[in-house]
Amino acid sequence: MRSSHLKLIAENLTIDRGGRRVFQDLSFSLSQGSALVVTGANGIGKSSLLRTLAGLVSLAAGTIRLEGGETDRLPQEQAHYFGHQDAVKPALSVLENLRFWQNFAAASVCEGFTGATLSPLLVLDTLGIGHTAHLPAAYLSAGQKRRLSLSRLLVTPRPVWLMDEPTSALDKASEQQLLGIMNDHLASGGLIVTATHTELVLDRIETLHLQAADPAEQAPEEALL
Amino acid sequence: MAFWDYANPTRFLRLVQVVLPWLIGFCVLAFAAGLYMAFFTAPEDYQQGNTVRIMYIHVPAAWLCMMCYTVMSISSIGTLVWKHPLADVSAKSAAPIGAAFTFMALVTGSLWGKPMWGTYWVWDARLTSVLVLLIMYLGLMTLWRTMDDPIKAGKSAAILTLVGALNLPIIKFSVDWWNTLHQPASVVRMDGPTIHADILWPLLIMAVAFTLLFFVLHLMAMRNEILRRRVRALRMRAASVSRPGTAAATAQPAE
Amino acid sequence: MTGWAMALFQRDLRLSVRIGGSALVGVLFFLAVVTVIPFGVGPDLNLLARIGPAILWIGALLATLLGLDRLFQADREDGTLDLMLMAGRPLELVILIKCLAHWIATGLPLVVAAPLLAIFLNLDPVSMGAVTLTLLVGTPALTLIGAIGASLTVSLRRGGLLLAVLVIPLAIPVLIFGVSSADAAIHDPVPFVTPFLILCALTLIAAVVGPVASAAALRFSAD
Repeated sequence: MRSSHLKLIAENLTIDRGGRRVFQDLSFSLSQGSALVVTGANGIGKSSLLRTLAGLVSLAAGTIRLEGGETDRLPQEQAHYFGHQDAVKPALSVLENLRFWQNFAAASVCEGFTGATLSPLLVLDTLGIGHTAHLPAAYLSAGQKRRLSLSRLLVTPRPVWLMDEPTSALDKASEQQLLGIMNDHLASGGLIVTATHTELVLDRIETLHLQAADPAEQAPEEALL
Repeated sequence: MAFWDYANPTRFLRLVQVVLPWLIGFCVLAFAAGLYMAFFTAPEDYQQGNTVRIMYIHVPAAWLCMMCYTVMSISSIGTLVWKHPLADVSAKSAAPIGAAFTFMALVTGSLWGKPMWGTYWVWDARLTSVLVLLIMYLGLMTLWRTMDDPIKAGKSAAILTLVGALNLPIIKFSVDWWNTLHQPASVVRMDGPTIHADILWPLLIMAVAFTLLFFVLHLMAMRNEILRRRVRALRMRAASVSRPGTAAATAQPAE
Repeated sequence: MTGWAMALFQRDLRLSVRIGGSALVGVLFFLAVVTVIPFGVGPDLNLLARIGPAILWIGALLATLLGLDRLFQADREDGTLDLMLMAGRPLELVILIKCLAHWIATGLPLVVAAPLLAIFLNLDPVSMGAVTLTLLVGTPALTLIGAIGASLTVSLRRGGLLLAVLVIPLAIPVLIFGVSSADAAIHDPVPFVTPFLILCALTLIAAVVGPVASAAALRFSAD
C-alpha cells in the first residue's frame, strides 16, 4: 500500500449557520489509513463540521479537497455520511433498502484504496441482520436499523467515511463489530472522520479538539448581517 | 469599485443617511407638482368627466408594480450568484412595497372601471395579470415569513422570484390568449399618439413621483431590515455566551 | 448510467404504491371535487357539459397539489435527501425521475379516472377524449411546477397550503391552455391543435425549469 497517497485536506473552513458563526479558519489534513476523531463540548460544531465535509452545509470560506481522489468528483461524492438519521424506508424490505443505495450511490475507487463492493446479503449476514433481509424495514429495532444504515457503507466503496456518533443505539457487541469494520476500512486505505463522545479504539487516530475561542476574537458588530 | 464598497451594510447605512433626505425632498416636490397638475391643469375627459383623473394614480402604480418585481428579480440574481446579503435585504424589503403598489393599481383600476364598465371587476386581461402578480407577491412574502433563518428564506425566495420572472411573460401571454377567446373586444385602449400633452405631462411627473416614492420606501425598508437582522444576530450572540462564535482547532496525533 | 435511474424510479414507485395508497386518495379527492360542483352550480346538464372540461381540469389541479407536499419531505425527514445530494448523481435528473414516478403514481390515475367522471358531467365522447388527452399532456407540467413549491417548502412542517399558494399562479397558463384546447375540440373558435401544442410546450418548459429550480432549492435546504 502506498502510504499517504490519498489525503483529505481542509483549509481555513469557516461556516455560518442561521446567522451564527460556528467556527472559523479551521484547517486539518488527514492521510490515508487514519481516522480523525473530532471531540469537543456539545454544540461546538462537531456535527456541523461533518455536514460541511459532506457538502451539506455551504462554506462561508475555505476549501475542502481530496488529494489523490477522483478529479471529476467532488470530495463529498467520494464520501459516505453516516449521521443520526438512518435513511431507512420502513415500507421497503431490508434488502430493497440496501440494494437501492448500492445502485443509486456512485462508487468511488481510486489508487491506493482497496475497498471492495460486497454483496448486500453478505453484508447483512456479517452485521447479524441477514435473517431480516426480506422483512419490511418497519419491523426492525432501532439498533437493527442502525446496522442496516451502516451496511450502506459496505456495499458501495468510497474512501472517506464521515461518521457522526457512530456508536449511538448500538450495544457493546455491535460496537466492537463496528470498530472492526472501521479498522478494516482504514486498513484498506480509507479515511474516517468521526465525531464522538466515547473512546473509540481505532488503529491510527488523530484528534481534532474543538473548543470555544476567546470572545475578544469575535467578529466586529459591523460584519453582522 | 465604488458599487461594491456600498455593498457593505455599514457603508450602505451611511449612504442611506445622506441620500434619503434629498430623495424625500424631491419626492415631495414631484408629488406636489404632479398632483396639482393632475387635479387642476389636466383637462376633463369629454366622456368620463373627472373620473379620468384616477388614471394619474392608476397608471404609475401599475408601472411600479412591474418595476418592483424587476428590482426583486435583479436582487435575487445578486442573492444567488454573488451571495450578497444586501441583495437579499433588497429583495425582501421590495416585496411588501410591490404588493402595496399592485394592490393600489387593482383598487384604482376597479374604481375607475365602475363608471366606465358599470362594474367593479371585469376579467380583463390586464386586471387579471395584475391580480396574479399580487398573489405572487403575497406568496413570496409568506415564504419569507414562514422561514426562521433569513439567509435560507432569502435563497428560497430568490429562486421563487426568478421562476416567477420567467413565468410572468408566459402568464401574461396565456391570460391575453384566454381573454381574446372569451371577450374579443378590448374595453379601453389608449394609443400612444392620441395622448394629448396636457394629459401626458402630469402622467409623466406622477410616474417620476411614484418612482421616487418607491426608492424612498425601499431604502427605508432596507435600513430597517438591516437593523432588524443586527438585533437578531446580537440576541443570538447573547444566547450563546457559553458557546461563542468561533472555535479553535488543534490537531495532534495521539500516541 | 441508467442503473441508478431505474433503481430510483422503482424505489419511488414502490414507496408510493405501498404507503397509504396515495393514488387512491388522489382519485377519491378528484371524485369529491367533481361531485361537489353540481351541488354548487345546479344539475343543469347543458351547463355542466359546457363547463365540464374546466371542472375536470380544476379537480385535477387541486388533486395534484394535494399530494405534492410529500414529494421531498418524506426523504428529508429520514435523512435520505442528504444522501441523495452526496450520491454523485445529477440532482436535476434525480428530481426529474422522482417527478416522473410521482406522476405515474398520482397523476396518471387522475387521467384514467377523467373519462369516468366526464360521464357525470354529461360530456360527449369527443370532448371526453379531448379532456383526457389534455390532462395526459398537461398534468406532468403540474407535477413538475409543483416540484418547485415542494422543494421550497420542504423544511416547513406544514408547507402544504403554502405550496398551493406558491404554485397556483405558476400553474395558471397550464390550466388556461388545457381547458382551451379541450373546449376547442367541442366548439371551435380556434383549431384544437393550436392550444394543444402550446400546452405541450408548457409541459416541456416545466420539465426544464422545474427540476433546475427545485434542485437549487434542495441544495440550499440541506444546510
